[in-house]
Amino acid sequence: MDDRVILRIGAKILIPFILLFALYVQFHGDYGPGGGFQAGVIFAAAFVLYALVFGLGNAVKVLPPQAVYVCGALGVMIYMGVGFVTMALGGAFLDYNVLAPDPTHGQHYGILAVELGVLVTVFGVMVALFYAFAGRRRLDL
Amino acid sequence: MTGFVDVALLILLAVTGVAIIRQRNLFAAVMLAGIYSLVSAGLFVVMDAVDVAFTEAAVGAGISTVLMLGTLALVGYKEHKPQHTPILPMFVVLVTGGILVYGTSEMPRYGEADNPVHLHVAPHYLEESEHEIHIPNVVTSVLASYRGYDTMGETAVIFAAMVGVLLLLSRGPLPLRVFHKGQWVTLPPGARHEDPPRAGVPEEGDGDG
Repeated sequence: MDDRVILRIGAKILIPFILLFALYVQFHGDYGPGGGFQAGVIFAAAFVLYALVFGLGNAVKVLPPQAVYVCGALGVMIYMGVGFVTMALGGAFLDYNVLAPDPTHGQHYGILAVELGVLVTVFGVMVALFYAFAGRRRLDL
Repeated sequence: MTGFVDVALLILLAVTGVAIIRQRNLFAAVMLAGIYSLVSAGLFVVMDAVDVAFTEAAVGAGISTVLMLGTLALVGYKEHKPQHTPILPMFVVLVTGGILVYGTSEMPRYGEADNPVHLHVAPHYLEESEHEIHIPNVVTSVLASYRGYDTMGETAVIFAAMVGVLLLLSRGPLPLRVFHKGQWVTLPPGARHEDPPRAGVPEEGDGDG
């Protein structure tokens, strides 16, 4: 591990920018290509890169598997929660118009919230899949 | 010019596909699969589907490649020689491919303005989403608002995929059970499949559990 200096330093430099790019993709999804799915995958890719360079043990310390599983479920709950909130406010399920006095503002809030839900789920699932694959030892067959 | 780019990308796609089939080194095959995804992403960009291209590049060329490499670390890099002749699989593939190509002859021409797909709800999305949603990217409007219910289903599917993979791959405290001499036997912790289940505890009753 210690002799791969270029790889380590390179990853350390890259990871913050990957996270920042994921957030850019997330919040710029209204104006250009991008959105929760892509942002979630890119966000997860930063942690996968960390795990590949610094080892799975260190990655699990930064981001425990339990937190990842919770993320996977939490995103779906956020998404459905938006639907229930709009119902409580008197609209149909996932009818964002009722979220704000101005319907287009309501649409903005709703889309922002459900995209956040998609981001959280995709991020959690991608990291969970990576943990599941990388965490297995080779069987002594 | 666009035609040239189309043809070049499709030829690259075909070459990569053939190279994957002929490759016996699975590491190289996984890398070629990543290249295949990247070329597909380029093709989607040419078709003006940048959101799809983005996803293809991130998931197909990025995460999938890492997951496949993780699998290769478990199963080894060499592909065994197939024990059967490739005639039957080749026949199935050729027939399926022929049917698919035949099916495309019935489809409307790509990019025509009066295709059914452009006449149903698409005009409403393109003309009204600016006023109704007030977001420049129509793809996001359709994905998160007009078709928000579908996207909720997709998110739930992704969650279900995680549950499925964890059920299959996570090393939980599930005891290993084998069918031995007419009954199900639970092996002690740490036992392997090939171990004779002499140390196991025979279970009562059920034969199909």
